[in-house]
Order: sequence, then structure tokens, then C-alpha cells
Amino acid sequence: MITGEDLILACSAIGAGLAVIAGIGPGIGQGIAAGHAAAAVGRNPGAQGKVMATMLLGQAVAETTGLYGLLVAMLLLFVKPLL
Amino acid sequence: MDHGILLASGNDIDFMIHGLFSYKLFGHEVWITTSHVCILIVMLVLMGFSFVVKHKMKNATEIPGKFQNVVELLVETLDGMVKGTMGKNAGKLVDYISTIFIFILMCNISGLFGLRPPTADYGTTLALGLITFFMIHIAQFKYQKPKQIWKDMCSPLPPWLPIWFPINLISEVAVPISLSLRLFANVLSGTVMMALVYGLLSKFAIIWPAALHVYFDLFSGAIQTYVFCMLTMTYVNQQMETETE
Repeated sequence: MITGEDLILACSAIGAGLAVIAGIGPGIGQGIAAGHAAAAVGRNPGAQGKVMATMLLGQAVAETTGLYGLLVAMLLLFVKPLL
Repeated sequence: MDHGILLASGNDIDFMIHGLFSYKLFGHEVWITTSHVCILIVMLVLMGFSFVVKHKMKNATEIPGKFQNVVELLVETLDGMVKGTMGKNAGKLVDYISTIFIFILMCNISGLFGLRPPTADYGTTLALGLITFFMIHIAQFKYQKPKQIWKDMCSPLPPWLPIWFPINLISEVAVPISLSLRLFANVLSGTVMMALVYGLLSKFAIIWPAALHVYFDLFSGAIQTYVFCMLTMTYVNQQMETETE
């Protein structure tokens, strides 16, 4: 016997799984940033420190959207706002 | 000890904030949580460190000893970081940025010492984000003329056509939210991952979680601290620099 509560919990779990798909975007973005940073270091090895710092800063900012997806998933799983 | 201060206590997955005791304040129920306790521990450690530094630096020598060397290295690194980003405005913000850098860094790496990182509580990071927000706008009203502010708020269109004003307003409000959520979600994801490893793989989690700790607590924590301070400096500096134009 599936009650309404069970249905909401199951759908919350599915929704959490769907929300974490948001991780694809930052993954691609960080990969592009790292690739360009590698190319930049290849062209100008002397600037490695600066390139590294800029890359890490940009990647950390790009990561935010993925973390929003993670937050939505955590809210659905542990706070259960729909219940 | 079921208060959950120790992350690895118990067999189930436990990374939530726990209330320790509650009291009534103006009719509201206010809880003292593990976050408060952890943040107090971090603050006490930092205060103790600063008292020791103050005591030792009273008789600082020309040729630095071991302790003085470490402290000088710390101060010079932070000074260099602020100076590299803010240029001539560095003197106005270097105290605040250094303080907040050390505080957030200690909060983030406190997961190594069995505490629940206080920055994995949205209350802490929202407070930090709001401080940044108010600093940005105090600097804006201090260093720019109202006409210039209005022009910036309508920026892609001319000032007499404020169609973009609400959109720019939303992007201003989004700054503290995205700043605080970024820090919070990063630290929280590390905390959750470590709780999962210790909770679900407790039989096998013997030595190798140390590598995960290095990544989630040290590396990620340091990067996020750097990013938070960097963005704060960039935003505030942006508002200060238009003064010369």
C-alpha cells in the first residue's frame, strides 16, 4: 500500500537525483578552464603561478551553479520541504 | 556523546547541526547549536594565538626568531595578497580581509580536528556575505556621486530609460547570496562526503580517508577562503576605483 507520504518521499529522491545533474555544467566549464590554463602555461611557462591562481578562482566561481544543484538535492533529501 | 560534535561518532550518517539547549528570547525559541560551540572553539583558538603573538612581538628582534618568522610570513603573505588585488586602496581593507581570511580558513579546516565546520552552517556564511554586501554599498555611496550610481544601475541603457534598473537591482542582491551559498555549499559538500565515508564505510575507513581530508578540508577549504576574500576585495575595489574617473 503506497501512501501519499511514500509517494512524496520517492519523488523527492528522484528529484534529488535529477537536481545533481546540474553537476554536468560546471564539470564541462572547469575542464575548459583547465585546458586553456594548460595551453597558457605551455605558451608562457614563466607565468605558471598567475595562471594557476586565475584558473582556480575562475573554477571556484564556475562551480557555484553545480553547488546550487547539490543544495537542492540536499534540501529534498534531508529537509523534506514537500512533506 | 550523541551531540554530533564528533563527526565519526555513531554508526549512522550524521552531519546535521544539533541543538544543545534552547532558551526563550522575546517569545522566540532560540537554540544554541553545535555550530555555536564550534565557532566559539575556533574563536578561542584564534584569540589565544593573537594573545601569544602580541606578547611575543613586544620584544621583537631585528633578526627574527622561529616564531617571529612564522608570524611575519603570515602577515606578509596576506599583505601581498590584498596589495596585489586592490593596489592603492589596499590599506583600507587589509585588516578586515586578513582577519576574515584567517577566520574562514580556521573554520574550514576545523573539520580536521573533529569539529563540524562552522562555515557548513548557512547562518555563518550569510553573515559574512551580508558584511561584504554592506561594505560594497557603503563604499559605493562614499566614493561615488548619486548621479554616477544611478547611471551604473541603468547601465546598458541611457539613464533616462530605467528599464534595466530592476534587473541590475536583482544582480546586486544576488551578490551576497551567491557568495555565502558558494562557501556554505562547498564546505557542506566536504562535510557530507566525509560523513558518508565514515558512516557507510566505517569498517574500511582506516587510513585512506586522510587523503580525502586533505582534499575536502585543506585544499577545498583554502581555495574557498581565497575565493571569498578575492571576490570581496574585487567588489569593494570596483566601487572605490570609480572615484578617480
